[in-house]
Amino acid sequence: MSKRVKVNIKRQDSPDSGSYWQTFELPVEDGMNVTTILLRIAATPTTTDGEKVAPVAYDACCLEEVCGACSMRINGKVRQACSALVENLLKEQPEITLEPMTKFPNVRDLVVDRRRIFESLKRVKAWAPIDGYTPRGEPDRMSPSDQEDAYPLSRCMSCGCCMEACPQFNDKDDFIGPHAVSQAILFNTLPAGKPLESERLDALAEAGGIAACGNAQNCVKVCPKDIPLTVSIAKAGRATTIHSIKRFLAR
Amino acid sequence: MAEKDVIVVGGGLAGLACAMNLAADGTHVHLVSLVPVKRSHSVCAQGGINAVNEVTRAEGDSEYLHLDDTVYGGDFLQHQPPVKEMCDRAPGIIDLMDRLGVTFNRTPEGFRDQRRFGGTLFKRTAFAGATTGQQLIYALDEQVRRWEAEGNITKYEYHDFLSPILNDNGVCRGAVIQDLFTMEIKSIPAGAVVLATGGNGLVFGRSTMSTICTGSASARAFRHGVRYANGEFMQVHPTAIPGTDKLRLMSESARGEGGRVWVPKTAQDSRDPKDIPASERYYFLEERYPKYGNLVPRDIATREIFDVCVNQGLSVEQGRLCVYLDVTELPPTTQQKLDGILEIYEKFQGVNPRVVPMKIFPAIHYSMGGLWADYVKNQKTGGLVEKAPKNHMTNVTGLYAIGEADYQYHGANRLGANSLLSCIFTGLFVAPCVASHIAATAEAVPSSLVDAAKKKETERHNAVAKMNGSENPRTLHDELGDTMTRNVTVVRKNKALAETVAKIGELRERYKNVGSPDGGGWTNQSVTFVRALDDMITMAEVIAQGALMRDECRGAHFKPDFLIEAPDSDDPATLRQQAVEWCKKFKAKNDKWLKSTIADYNGGDVQFSYEDVDTTLVPPRPRTYGLKGAEIIEEVWREQFSEKSPVGAV
Repeated sequence: MSKRVKVNIKRQDSPDSGSYWQTFELPVEDGMNVTTILLRIAATPTTTDGEKVAPVAYDACCLEEVCGACSMRINGKVRQACSALVENLLKEQPEITLEPMTKFPNVRDLVVDRRRIFESLKRVKAWAPIDGYTPRGEPDRMSPSDQEDAYPLSRCMSCGCCMEACPQFNDKDDFIGPHAVSQAILFNTLPAGKPLESERLDALAEAGGIAACGNAQNCVKVCPKDIPLTVSIAKAGRATTIHSIKRFLAR
Repeated sequence: MAEKDVIVVGGGLAGLACAMNLAADGTHVHLVSLVPVKRSHSVCAQGGINAVNEVTRAEGDSEYLHLDDTVYGGDFLQHQPPVKEMCDRAPGIIDLMDRLGVTFNRTPEGFRDQRRFGGTLFKRTAFAGATTGQQLIYALDEQVRRWEAEGNITKYEYHDFLSPILNDNGVCRGAVIQDLFTMEIKSIPAGAVVLATGGNGLVFGRSTMSTICTGSASARAFRHGVRYANGEFMQVHPTAIPGTDKLRLMSESARGEGGRVWVPKTAQDSRDPKDIPASERYYFLEERYPKYGNLVPRDIATREIFDVCVNQGLSVEQGRLCVYLDVTELPPTTQQKLDGILEIYEKFQGVNPRVVPMKIFPAIHYSMGGLWADYVKNQKTGGLVEKAPKNHMTNVTGLYAIGEADYQYHGANRLGANSLLSCIFTGLFVAPCVASHIAATAEAVPSSLVDAAKKKETERHNAVAKMNGSENPRTLHDELGDTMTRNVTVVRKNKALAETVAKIGELRERYKNVGSPDGGGWTNQSVTFVRALDDMITMAEVIAQGALMRDECRGAHFKPDFLIEAPDSDDPATLRQQAVEWCKKFKAKNDKWLKSTIADYNGGDVQFSYEDVDTTLVPPRPRTYGLKGAEIIEEVWREQFSEKSPVGAV
């Protein structure tokens, strides 16, 4: 008899309805991850009580931890479902629990509406304001060390884990979140992003900007890409302070 | 002025490049995507993007040679003018992406670093770690956000493309889409619709593609009269990590940086791979292809891995097919360049590939075929006419196809690091062509047309939601994937293909009795999946039937029963005569089959026809990578069969 796993899932039928738990049980497969569990449940959605239910709604896309779609709370910790292997999860606790992220409005079951993440990126103008898309030749060289500093930040996939873990990020405040702070710093570092440096610092100095960070440092612990978020936050704090003083003196 | 708007469906590299270029020129774009565009499948591309550069130029490289490598690698099945235009513009595209802030790897002096990819002898591939696709799409995503903030782009993320809106003359005037949160169906009028909806790997069950790559948008366009071309040409990537939910890509860059493919000479040698001495290892790609070594084109590497495991029984494991891909001997600085992909292996397999050789096997990876798209040849340059409205327009006026969703550029086999290029190139290039088309369109879109299309799709949605038969849609998908993977991937035989076509027919019948297991009103993923399953069955019909009908070997389409026997005589005169015979047969084969397969939906009775290929820039020649008797074949071909190269060729 093959090994089996019990999975407790927190469900919700629509944005306005209440939540409830259901338990499913299924055979463990070699190398099985949480997205495979959800795929198997979608094929035969029957609970341990023998009740046939609607398949569990969930977000997933690349299944190799580069797209950021499948963030959810697994055994109480926010992470990507695709890279959460059953074998490792069972070392944490005897049954697996899956819950939707709590900091974003629920749509259904494990699906949440994370549009706020992308709105934050608009606020800090995380883009290169180039003149146009017609050829202008090769841009300036970049040192390998600058590339090595920038590359880790550019791997942020807007998954939302850092916001879920952040005590200052909630639906009452308008904190842009650690990832947007880090993206602002990335673009302030890149030559391509420099022209908007000052505007980004203005955005970071506003309400919901860097001052909203309580320095809990939870973000960096849950980031699936090991992005040095707290380093970016520290840089943002310093740069914003200097920027504000300059603004003050220039008045 | 809806008739001046453009709908772009798909938020990968092609769709984003097109949307930003249109928006920068003042066109209002409705950008529709199944997922937030930043999560599109382009993020999975790892290795890099090709362009001729100063370093390769110094070694004699040119845009013409990039074109030559691309069409030779593709076994000459692609129209050459679009490929020429792409290769000519490639260096400018890399510069543009650099200006947008893509963190390309650097040489010590600060220039962009380049690596070598399969099917070429030049280091043309620029890269950003091992996550080049992710870095490129992020740069475009940021630009699109910039135009969204300006009000030039309206995004519809978590929306499914249901159908194009066609008027009585068959002209595309908009699209019907569905909100995947609320399930609301919306009808958007527009002057043009651009489909940038990617490949269809999910037709094969598991592949290297993302869960969204069902090909459903293409199938829906196909059912509305858009032709589908070269469906049978599916690239199988030689190196993927087998998994329960997905076959994860292990980039060609692992070999580009010096990774070596091998199996123990003793079948299923139980020793730790590190304890197996070099003399007892079979580096079969290096031995069989001394010129390209581990960097032969993908179709060849795939067949060799398959051959070593299936025909020679040398798979590393007893119960599972796999070979070693070994990067353990690379210096740490080189391994570091591969961190992104090595991490994936470590995370999903629980083994450190820097120390232990990886176990890999081929997997379905890319759709070379796609929606038929037109082009306008520039008689002077041999490339394309800029801003011509017909470039990338399908046979339905006002409906365009770009990126992996179209059939141009890669012929019978795609070269590594050419897909990111073709996606960004088509997106950028098509924008002014679409703009020309809408500039010439003045007529408003009648609301009756928009309403009727919405009503039709609403009825279809309701009908699917009510399906309550006994067939499980996931089981049907598994069966479809199994039969396609078994019979329509690496080695294709007519008997098995005929069985597959029959099986697909059976699935088509059983589909009518499917049950949609969810009555929910929000994010009803069951209905979305059941609809996509219908589309995948349609795509499977096109792929399998096209493969059955094409009796030859070309690129990724390998039918051993139609292989031309290679010259092998020890006697020079006989060898030469064999080579002449080989070339005659090859020429006869090309006369018959150097043609694109064109599928027409025709009300459900899919019809196939064949279209001539424009090979006016690089005359077709035998593809002889590692072929026995390659030298004599090439010599005879040059002397007796080859068309003259056009003026200007290097």
